[in-house]
Amino acid sequence: MSIISSTSPSTSSTATLSQRLGAAIGASILGACLVYFAGFSHIEAVHNAAHDTRHSAAFPCH
Amino acid sequence: MIKRIAQTAGFSGLLAALLLTLLQSFWVAPLIMQAETFEKAPAATQVAHEHAAGTAAHTHDAEAWEPEDGWQRVLSTTGGNLVVAVGFALMLAGLYTLRAPTRTAQGLLWGLAGYATFVLAPTLGLPPELPGTAAADLAQRQIWWIGTAASTAAGIALLVFGGNWLLKALGAAILVVPHVIGAPQPEVHSMLAPEALEAQFKIASQLTNVAFWLALGLISAWLFRRNRDDRYIA
Repeated sequence: MSIISSTSPSTSSTATLSQRLGAAIGASILGACLVYFAGFSHIEAVHNAAHDTRHSAAFPCH
Repeated sequence: MIKRIAQTAGFSGLLAALLLTLLQSFWVAPLIMQAETFEKAPAATQVAHEHAAGTAAHTHDAEAWEPEDGWQRVLSTTGGNLVVAVGFALMLAGLYTLRAPTRTAQGLLWGLAGYATFVLAPTLGLPPELPGTAAADLAQRQIWWIGTAASTAAGIALLVFGGNWLLKALGAAILVVPHVIGAPQPEVHSMLAPEALEAQFKIASQLTNVAFWLALGLISAWLFRRNRDDRYIA
């Protein structure tokens, strides 16, 4: 796996708190949207597709 | 920083989702399918009714697309797992930018916190359900679920990171609020599947979710630390 990319100097070590806070909030909101879409959306086809995921994860279903 | 979050979330979500799918396929899904045989049996005897041509019919479950049992169903469940896992991993990776794990093993603690937030606390009020179980209004349950997860997350954060006892006490209070309010319950409890199957499903669901969250926490902490932004490289 080429997960490590150590070519470009990154900003993380120098990122300010507000930058990191922004990234954390942004990532959390995006993550919550993904979980909401697959786990809670009322669109029938999405419900049917992710049905077993929802039951297994103990999300409210039906 | 954003690249680091994306890489961590993408890969750890993918790996944890594959583990989840594997556990589900062999343990959880068979129980769901078994319960569906009870659910679908009486449905077949329902009186058929017709809609006048041209009028908008109310939605029937059967009318929307649904994956066929077999590879279609496994594939779409895998897709669902993947979206959910990457979503949870994004939240974890986002939090790591604020509180980076100092050791990979700390990921286990993050995983446990995730399990407590998104599985344990909500299932205290709304236990894992097999298809065919009577339950309160879906929207109300979803609201309670989301509220419980949010308050559990805030409560745990205050308990763990709170600087003084006052904040910790506040965290503990926030933790119990949703359970004092209580989850929406159906007027009559009933289920089509036998109780033994339901009990087995609850255990299967809890253990699968523990495994998923521990794996997600561990893998994400490991990857996040591996992708350490060249801090020690000139």
